[in-house]
Formats: sequence, structure tokens, C-alpha cells
Amino acid sequence: MLAMNYRGPYRIRADRDMPYPEILHPGDAIVKVTRSCICGSDLHLYHGMVPDTRIGTTFGHEFIGTVVETGSEVTRLKTGDNVLVPFNIACGACPFCKQELFGNCHESNPEATAVGGIFGYSHTAGGFNGGQAEYVRVPYADVGPYVIPEWMDMDDAVMLTDVFPTGYQAAEMGGIKMGDTVVVFGAGPIGIMAAKCAWLFGAGRVIVIDHIEYRLEFARQYAQCEAYNFKSLEDPVLFLKKTTDFFGADVCIDAVGCEAAGSALQTITGRKLMLQAGSATALHWAINSVKKGGIVSIVGVYGPTTNMVPIGNVVNKGLTIRANQASVKRLLPRLIDHVQKGHVDPKGLITHRLPLAEVPDAYRIFSSKLDNCIKTVLIP
Amino acid sequence: MENKELFGHIKGWGVDADPKNEPTYPMKKYTGDDHKRLNYDRPTLQPVTNEILHSNERPGVTAVFGTGQPPEGLSGAMRRYAFRYSEGSFSHWLPLLLADRVQMVEALVDDVKKGQIPDLIAEKGYKAEWKYNRAGVIRKGLMLAAVGALVILAVVQRNKRK
Ligand SMILES: NC(=O)c1ccc[n+]([C@@H]2O[C@H](COP(=O)([O-])OP(=O)(O)OC[C@H]3O[C@@H](n4cnc5c(N)ncnc54)[C@H](O)[C@@H]3O)[C@@H](O)[C@H]2O)c1
Ligand SMILES: [Zn+2]
Ligand SMILES: [Zn+2]
Repeated sequence: MLAMNYRGPYRIRADRDMPYPEILHPGDAIVKVTRSCICGSDLHLYHGMVPDTRIGTTFGHEFIGTVVETGSEVTRLKTGDNVLVPFNIACGACPFCKQELFGNCHESNPEATAVGGIFGYSHTAGGFNGGQAEYVRVPYADVGPYVIPEWMDMDDAVMLTDVFPTGYQAAEMGGIKMGDTVVVFGAGPIGIMAAKCAWLFGAGRVIVIDHIEYRLEFARQYAQCEAYNFKSLEDPVLFLKKTTDFFGADVCIDAVGCEAAGSALQTITGRKLMLQAGSATALHWAINSVKKGGIVSIVGVYGPTTNMVPIGNVVNKGLTIRANQASVKRLLPRLIDHVQKGHVDPKGLITHRLPLAEVPDAYRIFSSKLDNCIKTVLIP
Repeated sequence: MENKELFGHIKGWGVDADPKNEPTYPMKKYTGDDHKRLNYDRPTLQPVTNEILHSNERPGVTAVFGTGQPPEGLSGAMRRYAFRYSEGSFSHWLPLLLADRVQMVEALVDDVKKGQIPDLIAEKGYKAEWKYNRAGVIRKGLMLAAVGALVILAVVQRNKRK
């Protein structure tokens, strides 16, 4: 079958000879993919930043499709169902799943305990092949996958597998109170969505920070927020302090993760020399520009080794840090309601649509931020 | 001004505001089940049919796992070595990162053995770069050419001096 095939940093093949997936566990289903996306998280893999990303892996954790085969234990799903598949692989039975920490399942990733299984996200997240393919194996098919309602647009459905839930959870973990000033670092799909969702929680002011002008403009339009280019601010932290009467933001959200720009020291030690797990510039700014007693919500992804962050300021300012992979299944009913009521238009983030056969170009466009790309959908 | 006037243009403003929702996720749904430790009904176990490395911070493999790309060759040996150390240790992650690079070379050798020379231009998506960032590609090309020329010049000079 046709699938994306990772060959090393910045090298990807659209490979027609990849093996078809098989049912390996009675709870599995095989899904024929109808749409899959490329995510900022995939870029960390593509850039070779995630340990144990083995050659020959197929990426892709944001996908929807049709069930074509089910294992003997599967009762809820049947052949022909159109499903959206949360990016977390979760058993639904372990103590973590019981607490709805579906991103932290204890039974889906042998290689690491810190994170649950994720489709197409290296062996550090379970060694599962992903959905940038014609077919994909979906474990625990009765737990995660959600039958797409008749009325729902397929583009909205695929955005419900990660982007909308992650952006929403970023805002939710911020514990936003009515009238709060919320600063979002990063104007990628996740940051833009987090800014949009901050309003749902009653934010009084929403500010987005990035350095890519077309993305800032997109954020202003899509999330009806303020947006500033940190390249034109001498010191983003000072700017944010000044614009909040020297108080600091009530809530800061890190929607950038380990490939942040903006600090030569962080970039050289983190992204070039790999002495730390990527550059923690945005997190640094978030901690320093939030108010005392404020909340920093992190959804940006960092590697497992270590990072330079001003933990002393976290102590001295009495900050609360909340972070996690998005727990997609937990949020779906609420978010589907938001889509139906027209509060949020997730598909509005999609700017590019390419055939799966052009997956190397699709990665390049998203990675190099070409052609005003925000979000790319691949069609097998 | 009332919130309605201030934020009326933003669809859904405040619909999820809920002061009682604190402390929110990931704390919200605490059940106490954690104290039961691993004594829960585990799902059916996927049979192990090839080599699956597992973190030494757990007693064995999880109920499901991916089976692709089992450890092989030198990179495989490095990965096995890495898994002797816990996730809290640099000795776990750094060999894995290194193994990733080693495997890239192993894969390249395999490709060449099969007579399959990788099409780097296609793999790296340079077609897209050329389409949308031609100036950048040309700039990079010129820079590389300039650096190359300088190196050649330096070598020639040095040889002359000898
Ligand atoms: N926790 C989760 O469940 C989850 C889910 C999806 C994505 N993610 C992570 O969220 C992050 C964002 O994802 P995305 O798809 O939007 O990626 P993206 O790469 O499209 O966006 C990142 C943005 O951050 C900007 N940026 C770089 N340095 C910055 C800085 N110092 N300050 C502010 N902005 C800066 C970049 O210009 C870019 O626009 C990634 O790390 C991704 O892995 C997490
Ligand atoms: Zn994603
Ligand atoms: Zn679980």
C-alpha cells in the first residue's frame, strides 16, 4: 500500500510498497484512511529530535477513515463505520484512563512510561505506524474511535483528532477566569486554536506571540485576538509586562514546544548541539511573563532528556504549571457540540490539501512555512 | 460596559466559563484508583511475536504495542543497550538518538545494496521549496557555491606555497 516512509531527518518517501497492517490483537480494527494531517508534532520527528524514531516508520496521528476489519473483541465498531480516531491510544481500563488521562494510558506504550501510545510517533510512543497511509491498525478500537455524525464535515472531523482538543485543553488547563488576560506563544494551528478557545472560557484579552507575519495575521482574523511579532519587540517579556500594567498575564500558554526560535543560546544548545531536548525559549518567556500566582499551561512538546527553564522564577512567583498531551476522547462530546453550535470552525485552519503521494513536499511546505501554510491535509 | 457588548462579536464567548471547574484538568477526575497500583483488570495481551524493547520502569510489555521496525544491526544493539537504563537517565536517551543516526546509514547501505539510490531531491521535498521559495534556494545555492570556491582557492594557494 501507499504510505509515508521515514528515512532520516528531512527525508521522507511516498512508498507504494509498504506492508498492509494486520489485526494483531482482538481489540484492533483496520481503518482505511480518508484524510490525515501533518502536525507540528510531526515536525519534531521529521527534524530528528525525538529519540528512537526508527527508519521505515510511518508517521501520522491525525486521521479519519472507514473501518474495514475488526478483531474478535470489537463490539462497538463495525465494518463500514466512518470514524475519527483520537491521536492517543488508550485502553480505557487502567487507573490513568479511568481518570480520563487518555494521553497517559498505562497499557499502550511499552517503550516509555511517561507517555501513552500515540499513532505514528516513534518507538518512544509505542512504535505504532501512523495514518499518513492508505490503511492503519487501530488498537483498542472500542475505546478511542468515534463514529462521525452524519452532519459533520470531514474536515472538521479530522481536526477533532488533535488540533481542536489540544488547543481547547491548552486554554482549559490555564484555568481562565472571566476577564483574564491570556497570552499564547505560537501561532501554529495549536496556538491559534488555543487563542480561539480562550474566549470560550471568558478571557477578557487574548494575545498571540510568534515571528511569522502571515501566521500572526491569520491568528488575528481566525481568533479575533491581538497578535505581535517578537522579532519587532526587543524583549517580549518586557513588552507583555508593560501591556499588562507591569503585572504580567494571568495565564500563559506554551503552544510552541522544543523548536522555538528567539534565543541564540537556546537554539544553539537545544536545536544544533542537542545538549538539551530542543530550545525552551517560549516556555522561558511564558514563565517570566505570567503574573505572580499565575498559571502556565504547556501543550508544546519537549523531548524526554532535559531543558533549560527558569525554575527559580516558578518558585519565587508561586506559579502553577499544568501540562499534558491532549486527552482527546475526554473532550470530544463537548467539542462536537461547539462545532455543531458554530462556536468554533476547526476546518477553517486548513490551508493546504495534497495527495498522499506528495507527502515529502507536504512536509517541506509545512516545515519551511512556505505558501502561507497553516494546516495541511493529505488525501490517500 | 457589559461583557455582552464587549465580546458579543466573538461566537461562544464565555460559554465554558465555570468557576467551579477548578482545579481543572489534569486534576479533575481523580478516582483514587492509583492506590490499587497494577491490580486492575488488564486488557487481553497482544502476543509478542518479535523483539519489543520495554522501559525498565515497567515489569513487562504493555497489553498492546507496535511491532514495526524491530531492533536490528548495530543500531539495534545500541537500542538494546539504551533500554538497560531508566527513562530518567541520559544513558537511555542519548544512545537512542545516536542509534537513530546509525540506522539512517544502515538503511542507506541497504538501499544501495538493493540498487535503490535514494532520490534526495524528492525525499527532501525540494520541488516544493523550488516552487514557493525560489529566491531562497538560489541564495542557498550561491552561498554553497561561494563557500566551495573559497575552499578550492585556499587549497590551491596552500599547494602553491608548498
Ligand atoms: N500536547 C499535545 O497534545 C499536543 C498536540 C499537538 C501538538 N502539540 C505541540 O504543540 C506545538 C505546536 O504545534 P503546531 O502544530 O501549532 O506547530 P507549528 O510548528 O505549526 O507552530 C509552532 C509556531 O511557534 C512559532 N514559534 C517559534 N518560536 C517561538 C517563540 N519563541 N515564541 C512564540 N512562537 C514561536 C513558530 O513560528 C510556529 O508558528 C508543537 O510542539 C506540537 O508538538 C502538542
Ligand atoms: Zn498532532
Ligand atoms: Zn489505559
